[in-house]
Amino acid sequence: MTAKLMSPESLRAISVFTLVIALILVTAILGLTLGAVTLSVDQILDGLAGGKNSFIVMQYRAPRVVMSLLAGASFGIAGTLLQGALRNPLASPDVIGITKCAGLGAFLAALATPPAWAIWAIPIGVMSGALAGAMILLAIGRSLGGGVVSLALVGVALGMLAHALMQYVMVLFPTRADQSMVWLAGSVYGTTMADVIVLVFWLLACLPFLLIAAVHLDASGFGDDTLKSLGLSPGRLRGGLVLVSVLLCAGSVAAVGSMGFLGLLAPHAARLLVGSRARFLLPTSALIGALTLSLADLIGRLVALPNEIPAGIVAAVIGGPYLIFLLIKEAGYRD
Amino acid sequence: MTDTASSRLSAHHLALGYPAVRVLEGIDISIPDGMITALIGANGSGKSTLLKALGRIMQPLCGSVMLDGKMIATMPGRAVAQVLALLPQNPVSPEGLTVRQLCRFGRHPHRGLLSRMTEVDEAAIEGALAATGLMALAERPIERLSGGQRQRAWIAMALAQEPPILLLDEPTTFLDIAHQLEILELLRELNETRGRTIVMVVHDLNQAAQYADHIIAVAEGGIYATGRPADLLKPDLIRSVFGVDAMVIPHPVTGTPLCLPLSACGAR
Repeated sequence: MTAKLMSPESLRAISVFTLVIALILVTAILGLTLGAVTLSVDQILDGLAGGKNSFIVMQYRAPRVVMSLLAGASFGIAGTLLQGALRNPLASPDVIGITKCAGLGAFLAALATPPAWAIWAIPIGVMSGALAGAMILLAIGRSLGGGVVSLALVGVALGMLAHALMQYVMVLFPTRADQSMVWLAGSVYGTTMADVIVLVFWLLACLPFLLIAAVHLDASGFGDDTLKSLGLSPGRLRGGLVLVSVLLCAGSVAAVGSMGFLGLLAPHAARLLVGSRARFLLPTSALIGALTLSLADLIGRLVALPNEIPAGIVAAVIGGPYLIFLLIKEAGYRD
Repeated sequence: MTDTASSRLSAHHLALGYPAVRVLEGIDISIPDGMITALIGANGSGKSTLLKALGRIMQPLCGSVMLDGKMIATMPGRAVAQVLALLPQNPVSPEGLTVRQLCRFGRHPHRGLLSRMTEVDEAAIEGALAATGLMALAERPIERLSGGQRQRAWIAMALAQEPPILLLDEPTTFLDIAHQLEILELLRELNETRGRTIVMVVHDLNQAAQYADHIIAVAEGGIYATGRPADLLKPDLIRSVFGVDAMVIPHPVTGTPLCLPLSACGAR
């Protein structure tokens, strides 16, 4: 490193990182200690090491906490990449229909296979649904000229179609509807260590693509004419970002269900906190996504004991007003 | 064409537009090296379309644009970008970018996004900032620049790209007269001191006459005429291209043609 003074931008980003990481740690510790049985930090450490409370900690609470952090972070990143790719602050994996296609894929896979296959059938269904959705989106968007607006609109239409199909299937098979509703709202209930390990491997596999996408994210803010003038292909750039976003999103949807709202909330909050440069924006979105989902799961687990509210619903309930607050605050700055 | 000047960039039998509507047809032009070429024509005549085709932003329906004897459509994007840069009419930039960060993107064709900035890159950026008089504003976000400063910032990015050929789509729109002249003077300086070939779409005929060495008039779905401003800008041409009756007198100071519009011809 050169002896350059740190820019106010970097200082701000570093303080935001520190703050959010601290909040995440607090949430994670609370997530491990609180619940139907309250444990002390000592008991948790003991449990992690295989002691007396090992069952509650290792089988029940730790997987949930880790899962909500990982899935939240990847929803945040997926949303940031998508908003950049489509140059549209309203884009999120949910809004442009990716999570709905993924949900449809999962639902169909679950119906078409015996229940015992669900462990394999659902992730495969999610992945194929999400990828099929993204392919259709990119193909139609491309035939319409690959413009930002056409991509976004095609995505909205696609999402509505997938949603309608899913509701139709639910009406046809009402016995499976309950379970699907929980899954559609998104929940980390019943996460096992195996689920966590699968997601970790998936995210590690995505990492090289994510790094490439991160480097290109800033450039996606240019108009297509400017990109071409710089020798970049707008179609490949935007398509690539969408694809990486879909890969991240699909992994998390397979694990915890559709948490569409996080993909919208985290990037917005991050942008207002650290600005739009990718190197600050992406990590901040990931951290805020992780914080929001783990906090939502914690609250959802506690407010209605002994029942649980799915984290996706809690995230939307606390996130919605927060997003409106942020937007009002932002509008205030502009005036 | 009549000019004998060398030309790196040229168009052959070009047809442009959209599958349903052909805007321009039968275009054969060559852009003279080291000169300022002005594209003039009425609204909707297709002059911006022609500029985009020259800059590889738009694919022609048929025909080809040649750069250094190669078909531009089959060249890799980065190879083209090392030779020519196009500044669109209303460029959109990523949010919150500073002038210097904007210029950094101009280095993309030379280094790719993954490699680190070299001293050559830094020098090109400093040079671009200096040439456009933006050294003092280098760390300011683009959104907080005035219209003229912002246009200069975009030109600085194009300069950081170090292209021998610079294409600009109406670089002076939305600017007041002082800033218009400032941009045109800057372009002329780049042309004279650094030998850049410049092609620009301009609306103001007198600015075209004063700053351009070569004029391409676009009308009636094709190239209406090309030539030096003094030879080209005549009342007949202005009537045919713009539908305006005008008087042309020598500029009292520069001697270039000065067009004084008298009235619209109405239904031609």
